[in-house]
Amino acid sequence: MARLIKTEKEVEGRYTEQWVVVEEDALEQWPEGPLQTVGRPATRVDGLARARGEARYTQDIRLPGMLHTAVLRSPHARARVKQIDLTPARETVGVREVIGPDDLEPLTDEPNYEGQAIAAIAADTNDQARAALDAISIEWEVLEPLLDVDQALRQESYVDDPKRYERGDVERGFAEAEAVVEAEYRTQSVLHNALETHQSVCEWEGDTLVVYTSTQFLWGVRDEVADAFGLPKDKVRVICRFMGGGFGAKGSAGDYTLIAAELARRTRRPVRCRLDRREENVNSGHRNPTIQKLRLGARADGTLTAIDAEYMCLLGWGGWLPPTAGPAQMLYACDHVRTLEYGLRLNAPPMDAFRAPGFVEGTFGLECALDELAAKLDLDPLELRRRNHTDHDPMDERPFSGKELMECYRRAEPHWERRHEVRARSEGPWKHGVGIATQLWYGGGGPPSYAWVRLSGDGTATVLTAMQDIGTGTRTAMAQIAAEELGLPIDRVTVELGDTAHGPYATVSGGSSTTPSVGPAVRAAAGDVARQIREIAAQRFDLEERLLSLSGGNVNSADGGSWPLEEITGMLGDGQILGKGARGPNPAGMRVMTYGIQVAEVAVDVETGEIVVERIYAVHDIGRVINPLGAESQIEGGIIQAIGHSLSEQRLLDPKTGKVLTQTLDAYKLPTIADVPEIVSELIDVPDAHLTNLGSKGLGEPPIVPTAAAIANAIRDATGADVRSLPITREEMLRALREAEERRRATERVEAAPA
Amino acid sequence: MIELLVNGHTHELEAPVGRTLAEALRLDLGLTGTKVACGEGHCGACTVQLEGVPVLSCITLVHTVGDRQVTTIEGLDWHPLVEAFVDADATQCGFCTPGQIVSASALLEANPSPSGEEIKHAMAGNLCRCGTYPKIERAIHAVAAQKEGN
Repeated sequence: MARLIKTEKEVEGRYTEQWVVVEEDALEQWPEGPLQTVGRPATRVDGLARARGEARYTQDIRLPGMLHTAVLRSPHARARVKQIDLTPARETVGVREVIGPDDLEPLTDEPNYEGQAIAAIAADTNDQARAALDAISIEWEVLEPLLDVDQALRQESYVDDPKRYERGDVERGFAEAEAVVEAEYRTQSVLHNALETHQSVCEWEGDTLVVYTSTQFLWGVRDEVADAFGLPKDKVRVICRFMGGGFGAKGSAGDYTLIAAELARRTRRPVRCRLDRREENVNSGHRNPTIQKLRLGARADGTLTAIDAEYMCLLGWGGWLPPTAGPAQMLYACDHVRTLEYGLRLNAPPMDAFRAPGFVEGTFGLECALDELAAKLDLDPLELRRRNHTDHDPMDERPFSGKELMECYRRAEPHWERRHEVRARSEGPWKHGVGIATQLWYGGGGPPSYAWVRLSGDGTATVLTAMQDIGTGTRTAMAQIAAEELGLPIDRVTVELGDTAHGPYATVSGGSSTTPSVGPAVRAAAGDVARQIREIAAQRFDLEERLLSLSGGNVNSADGGSWPLEEITGMLGDGQILGKGARGPNPAGMRVMTYGIQVAEVAVDVETGEIVVERIYAVHDIGRVINPLGAESQIEGGIIQAIGHSLSEQRLLDPKTGKVLTQTLDAYKLPTIADVPEIVSELIDVPDAHLTNLGSKGLGEPPIVPTAAAIANAIRDATGADVRSLPITREEMLRALREAEERRRATERVEAAPA
Repeated sequence: MIELLVNGHTHELEAPVGRTLAEALRLDLGLTGTKVACGEGHCGACTVQLEGVPVLSCITLVHTVGDRQVTTIEGLDWHPLVEAFVDADATQCGFCTPGQIVSASALLEANPSPSGEEIKHAMAGNLCRCGTYPKIERAIHAVAAQKEGN
């Protein structure tokens, strides 16, 4: 019988209450350790399609009669359209339709950041659409953009209300402290730069709007588009079978989808709207810069007595305040904590989620400050972290569900021990060092998510769920889960995803939530099929159902006897066995998080400020691991993005005009294969006993969280210099070295001075 | 009307002035395995071979190709790198993967057993935002080792 209960759902630190229908006979978790398919390395089920170039991405969708779009975007960070004439564009060769500020919600005549959409043109070809842009006659009144942080503060220009949090009494905590560190940390704006840019193709089929789009959230796009066009939700069908990367920025419909849909509505033709790389880097979101003021107090034994932290987030014109204070609030046991977060609204492009938004930035400040504290207390940084470990969420005393952080620390020890030999490699201007940083992030997922499984007479199964695989390998993970439950080899399982018309609702692929949200639903659906197979076999062969199990493509009886699955299903001819499954609730009264630690080894040339990351060791706890091969790739990918974030990537805004100066991939420095250090990773792989029928959490985001702090801490270990600003450019490195040198001289002067 | 030799076949196509090789392949010939990610020669996703030499098809005008043989990912479906990339998990979102394989196959042709450093040098023009680089290096080494074994 279905039971209705309320549970908590979390995406990237934002919690909501959620009603869930729970089936009574929930599956027990599988035993710990590698099983037949789950927990063993699996190559991607769609690997060949991708490698051969046969996978069709949104960029490859070409429909008969399809029109192409060019969007007129504001060249100014703040301006007003005094006059606009679209007529000449309408009369340009090949143009089919032109829309302007009065025609569609995202189009505006008062842009508040560079790149905001003003007008859009649909034409037979891309070149014709672009050429027609020049024909639009437009007169601007350029206004002074709000870009200065101090001015924005004076004007209280916030996107959301500032968030305050306090537990205990921070001043009392500092009074108890025997050592205090106080420092300001800065992180930069980082651009997602998925290689497939944001884009959609929209087509009307009668009263149904079909949207092909490069997205992390099919159902979110469906709802947004349905709402914008006043359609019943299922009159919008959203398709994304292969997706060329998102990293957080593809969670909503975007202006390009709404523009394509409106132009398609007007022309009754399929319309494509695609951002080019430059539009992408202005107009599709970014990780917001932060300025963090931290003060940490501790006793001589390292016990944290107080954390006081203020986070200024430079969001741009919109977006939301990411949970930047999360690590300060939750990572360590500390009785007295006060945080303040605020997001400034400026005339700059809006932020969007970027792989562990908030925690990447917040972890950099906190974990650097912690190492500065360790230096002051002359304590081992790893030991300092151990001493402040907490087994419950210090914000609300809820126990953490399945926390293996101490085991991560234990496994990291030999890698941390390497610091002695690494330091000894220092020679001439090249100084070597090792640093660590701890990772905390969400990743438990939640309901609702559903899956259907159908089993055909030939003993092959198809999983249907309208989730998306954004490149993380979730399609493969779902195939493994279904194969395990059905006792089938993985090549007899197909996963159909990426189409809201083909399968039930599934979660956003964000917040490391796909596997922990959809995985349990897939297992439940496969379990439903498995139960029916056992019931059918018991009737057909006159067996005891409770003795039957599925493995190796067979139905096996505990008292001997084994029948190929297709012998049972084949009986049904064209008949199919259908199963359905839903994601159950999250464990009541517990906090579900992911954990880890990384150890960075760096070399710094103290004369030039050049930094080379030589090795990263990563160990993470995400509960049960479904696919160790794909998991290793996620860790490597997260670390490599983090190296870019740490050393080379930075969106630059012109401080006067607010224009993005780093629009191209030669101006914006992504890591290349030549920038990759040795990466050694492992996972604890212990199922979270309280979390769903899988005990698995997500891994998309955890690996990117601690790397920057580990690198900065390794730099301090190597040179004694405190780098406090990302990216750690040569300028920042040399500044920190000068500061360290001045500090050293000042100490010498004090010591040399007569008492 | 121009003639274009692609993957061993001769094609005839109308190409307006300014048509890039990437556009001709993707739009005129429907060979969408070649991806365009930046459109200005910075990322390597659109890499194809001209007479075995990797070029960026998004900044190569189709009129300049002449009678040189064009090889795209569709012409390399037999190549052991394809399976090696899958086996090594060298593809995540996969958008850069065809370009990576086209570059890697040219590398192995020129240098059948490249060192790690040589791989990094030859492949540094092919960006991968997902960060499959360690696996790409592994896949290239695996194919080189296979060839040595033969």
